[in-house]
Amino acid sequence: MGSSVTRFAAGLLAVTGAALLAADGPALAQSSVKIGYALSRTGPNAGGAAVTTLPNYEMWVKEVNAAGGLKLGDKRVPIEVVQYDDRSSAEEAARSLERLITQDKVDFILPPWGTGLNLAVGPILNKAGYPHLASTAVTDRAPELAKRWPNSFWLLGTSAGAANTLVDLLVKLRTEGKIGDTVAMVSVADGFGIDLSGAARPALAKANFKLAYDKTYPVGTQDLSPIVNEVKALNPDVFIAFSYPPDTLGITEQARIASFNPKIFYTGVGTAFPLFKQKFGANAQGVMGIGGWSGDSAPIKDYLARHKAASANGAEPDRWASAVTYASLQMLQQAIERVGKIDREAVIKDLQTGTFDTIIGKVKFENNLPTKYWWVGQWQDGEFYGVGPATNEGARTPVVPKPAWKAP
Amino acid sequence: MTNAIFTGLMLGGMYALIAMGLTLQYGVARIMNLSYGEFLVAAAFASYWLFTGWALNPLLGLALVIPAGFGVSLLLYRVLLTPLVRRARTRGALEVDSILATFGMMFIVQGIMLSMFGGAYFSYSFLAIPVSLFGEILALNRLIAFGLAVAVGLALYLALTRTRLGTSIRAVAVDPMAAQLVAIDVLRTSAFAFALGGALVAAAGVLISMFLTFSASSGVIFTMKALIVVVMGGVGNLLGCLVAGLALGLSESLVATFVDPGLTLAVNFALFLGVLLVKPAGLFGRAQR
Repeated sequence: MGSSVTRFAAGLLAVTGAALLAADGPALAQSSVKIGYALSRTGPNAGGAAVTTLPNYEMWVKEVNAAGGLKLGDKRVPIEVVQYDDRSSAEEAARSLERLITQDKVDFILPPWGTGLNLAVGPILNKAGYPHLASTAVTDRAPELAKRWPNSFWLLGTSAGAANTLVDLLVKLRTEGKIGDTVAMVSVADGFGIDLSGAARPALAKANFKLAYDKTYPVGTQDLSPIVNEVKALNPDVFIAFSYPPDTLGITEQARIASFNPKIFYTGVGTAFPLFKQKFGANAQGVMGIGGWSGDSAPIKDYLARHKAASANGAEPDRWASAVTYASLQMLQQAIERVGKIDREAVIKDLQTGTFDTIIGKVKFENNLPTKYWWVGQWQDGEFYGVGPATNEGARTPVVPKPAWKAP
Repeated sequence: MTNAIFTGLMLGGMYALIAMGLTLQYGVARIMNLSYGEFLVAAAFASYWLFTGWALNPLLGLALVIPAGFGVSLLLYRVLLTPLVRRARTRGALEVDSILATFGMMFIVQGIMLSMFGGAYFSYSFLAIPVSLFGEILALNRLIAFGLAVAVGLALYLALTRTRLGTSIRAVAVDPMAAQLVAIDVLRTSAFAFALGGALVAAAGVLISMFLTFSASSGVIFTMKALIVVVMGGVGNLLGCLVAGLALGLSESLVATFVDPGLTLAVNFALFLGVLLVKPAGLFGRAQR
């Protein structure tokens, strides 16, 4: 009799013990926060990912871990990274993310680089309920996607936004009598060029600009001098190139050689790269391009210094999506820490409704989109300052007309 | 018009320059080198490194990079490709094997460049100064690359047609079996031709780095372009390379100037297809019997 009571008590103890252990289990396992990402380390996207995305991911993880980790409740938990190469392919990116979710069981996922890949992984992150802070995607479908996938946030805005801001700036400069109304526009025959020229064309027509030249060229064109020479002969006030990095550098180089110096010289992706300044030095002065940042603000200056110190060869960030990417990580961190545990649904909710203190200023999403963007930047004395929209805090007055090219 | 012709010629010269090494490697040594573009980019990186790190003029850098290209290619042929050559029963088998082997090589070279330089774009300015020629403004660095392409092409053409070594190289290109009958060491000649191709691609890489933006993953573009030029000009024919390259460059620039820059690729491929329809072995190629 007595023995059965003790046995029962022992059994009870064992069961409660097991239950206690089980309750302890996940808390013990939370010795790290697993963060996964698949980036283009090889393939055509590698050039962009290596400048804009990877250094920021690495720097953020290093900084958070140096501070002891993410603050969950009252303790700090270090970040553990799982990463793959998506080889610049949408299928590979999708496969890597599936793997991160089902096999590696990561707690959070950082997005890939570029519009195409972010669109490709959107449905996967949505289905699995992971927050998706797309900081390097420019797409006109951003508002629609944000609605369809409430877990996704589109921090870089729409191509219509980029084109319209540029045209608004041109209108303003024309009213001030600084430029005339002939515009020459070239664009790369690929996603970015098609979207932006498609948005700029009607906007320019509506603002009564004369489009003297409007042509496209294929991706990977190795000699752009025929275009530059022809445009030069037309002598436009404004030159717009919606170009990719190699073309941006090629067009600018060719314009300098042919001394084609319109009052406004605007080039596309790559203008905001540190490489641009490195290559053209003083000749970058006055060149406008897509992107820009508040180069005078203290947090940005501090970020620039930290970025230089953190990267192996003292590389600088680009002056467009880099700061936005870093800011998106700050937002994710603040949301996780406010929630205080790994609860992705609550983190998404916090991202949707909260206000975040970041290097690009205070950010609050409206319908999962930020309310402020930098769309037009200009190289002024070695820094690529945001000049448009002119209403943004910290917007510089554009230098117009662009000063003449100097001999290198 | 003159401007379009000049830019076309210079672009064409660059295409020919890119392709000359491949025509030797493919035409003579029968190695369809898929890592060709990677070697070109590697030479561009070498030049970038010498220029930014050691302030060495890329044109002087050629003196270092070309022998290095020759040496590395020779080593590659001896170590990696000779076993394939010995094993292959027919030329076709060697081509298939070499495609597979160099496809792997492509990833290795790319991986080395990625780990050394990272994936970002690279570009530097050298001799990017305008020169006036017949009233047209051209970039000096492109002009130099064009001049060297023509000079190298003609020099090699003469060497191949006028010297004993050149004749044996051509003999191997035409028929490696018969070449053995006249006491030509086929394996050695092939190795030499492959290494010479490596030296040429190194030279092309250095010259191109003066005006093109490149990254560790941009090699495949150059392999493709070189392949088109080589096939169009006739495999193994240097003069064919030069002519095909110039034809592509001229058509591209004329179309960009007078029709639409968006059609350059279309015209390139139309020209390529047209040539192959009329002369399946390429402009200067002889049909295989």
